[in-house]
Amino acid sequence: MGLAKRIIPCLDVDNGRVVKGVQFVDIRDAGDPVEVARRYDSEGADEITFLDITASSDNRDTIIHVVEAVASEVFIPLTVGGGIRKVDDIRRMLNAGADKVGINTAAVFNPEFVKEASDKVGSQCIVVAIDAKQVSGDGESKRWEIFTHGGRKPTGIDAVEWAGRMQAYGAGEILLTSMDRDGTKSGFDLDLTRAVCDAVSIPVIASGGVGNLQHLADGVTIGGADAVLAASIFHFAEYSVGEAKQYMAERGIEVRQ
Amino acid sequence: MSLVAVIDYGMGNLRSVAKALEHVDPRARVRITDAAADIKAADHIVFPGQGAIGHAMTELQRRQLDQILLQQMGHKPFLGICLGLQVMMDFSEEDGGTGGLGLLPGQVKRFPDPHVDPVSNERLKVPHMGWNQLHQVRPHPLWQGIEQDSRFYFVHSYYVTTEDPDEIAGTCDYGLQFVAAACRDNMFAVQFHPEKSAQAGLKLLENFLQWDGQGG
Repeated sequence: MGLAKRIIPCLDVDNGRVVKGVQFVDIRDAGDPVEVARRYDSEGADEITFLDITASSDNRDTIIHVVEAVASEVFIPLTVGGGIRKVDDIRRMLNAGADKVGINTAAVFNPEFVKEASDKVGSQCIVVAIDAKQVSGDGESKRWEIFTHGGRKPTGIDAVEWAGRMQAYGAGEILLTSMDRDGTKSGFDLDLTRAVCDAVSIPVIASGGVGNLQHLADGVTIGGADAVLAASIFHFAEYSVGEAKQYMAERGIEVRQ
Repeated sequence: MSLVAVIDYGMGNLRSVAKALEHVDPRARVRITDAAADIKAADHIVFPGQGAIGHAMTELQRRQLDQILLQQMGHKPFLGICLGLQVMMDFSEEDGGTGGLGLLPGQVKRFPDPHVDPVSNERLKVPHMGWNQLHQVRPHPLWQGIEQDSRFYFVHSYYVTTEDPDEIAGTCDYGLQFVAAACRDNMFAVQFHPEKSAQAGLKLLENFLQWDGQGG
């Protein structure tokens, strides 16, 4: 027995409400973030991640209130991503009760920010989110690039190399999302997951594409992920976190039960 | 009404610790502070911490907290968390070698790079991040009501080791066995984050607030 593989439900939060986009288009309301977080905690979630997708900067503070409310009731690690651009943004999230912040676009446009952030608040607080899309064609050896703006804009940056660079810059963990799979419910991009897990010595969270419990188990056993993240299968109560853990445990994966 | 001082030396997220303490005892007055008067007046002292130990020691000295803590350590129930455990040791390898407060005998070492599990031969990730099992190696008031081998949330790249088994309250395995909880008299210190360890962690904090510093 040893370290457990983690199951992390993700809540997409827009203007203080939990939503989940399918390919970022078709958004359904899955409720109040405090209620949802409390439910996940009681089901045995190992951590909870909030992704703030609020578009208007006027409403950015809503996520702070969400984090404060959740952190007063839920005593497991909380990560907040979306709109983190300055060390000051990080401090505000940590002061509200977050334990880690996800840095995505800001890392791509200014990698030094990751270095500065990890120096100031410590690597353990810094999760670098990587949105990757396959760019190699059939018959070529597989290659993935970082995309920004919800998967619309290519950057020309190789995703696997980028993960290694972010580790060197002080990232404590990588949140790896396949933009090809996100919202499709067809499973993680396991080749991408394996390639990134092999390239870094920090923990990797697999994300994007979970449609059933086998997908979660595959992320660990085939992809090599240290943690698996999913949103919609938990939001719409298709499966509970407890069922997911039971399923993984039955397949020999060590989980916290 | 008991006063709980959560020592603020600029290292890490103290709000989480304060919120968890308030949750387990709504009557407790929890104060995040670096003021000598608060620390002297406190009934319980919590010493959290995240980040680099060199910076932590510099900050403790700059705020003159090292001397105040050493004075106040004698009798009050004291709980170190994460870096708070490591700072209590004699010496750490981190930051080119850093002397600690020397309250507990032991050293702080980095997990090897690469860190390979001698049993499975698998490469282990560093930091050690996530839920691992805590093995209680002796009875202690702070373990009361917590099942043997319960899981707690860890996040660290350095670990504590000691030659003095009397000071070990609990161990954890991550490719090697390390000290996950240490104790002496009125002091108790843990490598994991009780404030982020769900029910088991809250129980430990509740036990701490009820502890009179005896029987450890």
